[in-house]
Amino acid sequence: MTTSATRSPVPRDHPASPAARGADGGRHRTSLFTRLFGRQPIGILLAAPYAVFIAVIFAFPIGFAVYMSFTDYYFTAPGVTVPHPFVGLDNYKTVLTDPAVLASFGHIGIFLILNVPLTVALSLGLAVALNRAVHFRTFFRAAYYVPYVTASVAVVAVWLVLFRSDGLVNQILGPLAPDPSWLVNSTWAMPMIALFVTWKQLGFFILLYLAALQNVPKELYESASVDGAGAWRSFRSVTVPGVRQATALVLLLAIVTGANLFTEPYLLTGGGGPDGASTTPVLLMYQQGIQQGKPSTASAIGVVLVILVLIVALVNRRLTERSER
Amino acid sequence: MTAPRTQEGHGSEQDTDRPVPVVVAAVGQGQRWRRFLVMGALFTGAVVFLFPFYYMVVASLQLSPNLTVGGAFPRPGNLTVDNYIQINASLNLWQSLLNSGIFTGGVLLGTVVFGVLGGYALAMLHFRGRGVLFSAMLLVLVVPFQLSMIPLYVLIARDYGLGDTYLGMILPFAINSTAVFIFRQYFLQLPSELFDAARIDGASELRTLWSIALPLVRPALLTAVLLTFIGPWNEFLWPFLITKQQAKQPLAVSLANYISTVQASTANPYGSILAGAVVLAVPAVALFLIFQRHFVSTDLGSGVKG
Repeated sequence: MTTSATRSPVPRDHPASPAARGADGGRHRTSLFTRLFGRQPIGILLAAPYAVFIAVIFAFPIGFAVYMSFTDYYFTAPGVTVPHPFVGLDNYKTVLTDPAVLASFGHIGIFLILNVPLTVALSLGLAVALNRAVHFRTFFRAAYYVPYVTASVAVVAVWLVLFRSDGLVNQILGPLAPDPSWLVNSTWAMPMIALFVTWKQLGFFILLYLAALQNVPKELYESASVDGAGAWRSFRSVTVPGVRQATALVLLLAIVTGANLFTEPYLLTGGGGPDGASTTPVLLMYQQGIQQGKPSTASAIGVVLVILVLIVALVNRRLTERSER
Repeated sequence: MTAPRTQEGHGSEQDTDRPVPVVVAAVGQGQRWRRFLVMGALFTGAVVFLFPFYYMVVASLQLSPNLTVGGAFPRPGNLTVDNYIQINASLNLWQSLLNSGIFTGGVLLGTVVFGVLGGYALAMLHFRGRGVLFSAMLLVLVVPFQLSMIPLYVLIARDYGLGDTYLGMILPFAINSTAVFIFRQYFLQLPSELFDAARIDGASELRTLWSIALPLVRPALLTAVLLTFIGPWNEFLWPFLITKQQAKQPLAVSLANYISTVQASTANPYGSILAGAVVLAVPAVALFLIFQRHFVSTDLGSGVKG
């Protein structure tokens, strides 16, 4: 990975620049300055703010998180120095034997089981339909995309009202409405979060599939129909394999979204309720790390979470790469 | 809704303006039936996506709360802007909007100034450490923000004492890495002859960037600005952690706090919540509708949060 990443950003050469001509002339003629800082050292100056930003806001905090997860860290007033004793894997032991933490990872599992198939089926279906539509294409695209660009807090507010026990949805359902109502029902709370996220993000995936559909060669559809394939058959044998890349991306982004869930369990189900039925790891990180002042265990949850995400993402990538061969 | 009527219209039209490959086999009755299915699915989808927004507006204008089916239709006698006055009294909407604006503006400024410089350097200049920086940028795009959430809170709120400040709010998002990535991709696509010519004429790198590269990547700038706008405007988790005083909270945070603490004391609690939701939703939705064609789905991937 490292090699490909370092090789890929090769910018185009500037043969006209004097520095480049010097380099062309042979390595022995390159000045020490050029060898130390590169052919266009002003690049260091231009990129410096971004590099410092990454170091301060990304690299250092992640190192700090890993450090905290191995120590007994607690908050103090600014300027007060207290020892943070090294406790080895104790925090990880605490976290991995805490039923609340394990349950929160299970809830992500429920989220993925519902979100991934629903997203793939609905967004691919609507993308195919949108691809065939003649009229109102712009209107549909905009309509599907609006939830995606709207703040979660704003749409959560509407869902809260719609799915109240005396809300519109239950008024329509009448006796079919679950009791207790959707968001305060321990069976329905997590599926509701999954449904909400699926609904909110579907527009993004519809446009993703729509773009992928443009890259499926027309000839494949023609030969499929020559071979006597019906609409459903050519959808299964041409369209579905043709958009496999997009489907892999759905899975990957669903995993990242699931790992990041916070606003929905915090607001939609009132803090991971009822009775912890819709907690997520990030919600627990907030509750333990900031509300209860235990940043060490919160960091341990974070490290476990990111390791899991990276493992699942790698497995996902392996699987999709293999099936392409 | 209007699906059947639209369908009749379609049946008589030619196939020639169809923009996409379709299976050609079926004709006549089967074709018409399939078109009906397609338009029906699309309209059903649009209703499912838009209804909550419609309901948000209608219910935010109700004088007395009406959660029944009839409440989904506006009645002239039951319309009011009281809910907006109510939420403004509880939250100080203007202050919250101003906070959201400063938070978003700070992120935009940082991204446009330093993100463009970084993207240009990554695309165009040979310098030591470019490969490392590029790999770091890709890592930022992949690793979830949540891992650094607790240490950032410790550092920014506790160690640096930046809790309840705009700077503390802006800092973790100051340069949007997705935008840097987009800038770099666009700079890479520019013809190199232009830059060679500028260098021969003795233009400095900054001058080249300002007078040649930037005017050519204006569409990319707009796309990056739009998606950078939506991120902090909708962001909830970080400003929620870092601001405790309501006077410093962006609208997403103050509205969320209002939702989780609102009592039945007000005449129409849902109405005022939804009025706040409308105010929070309108700027982002309006920008999206105005600049729709600049929202490219592949660019948005990791740029939009919240």
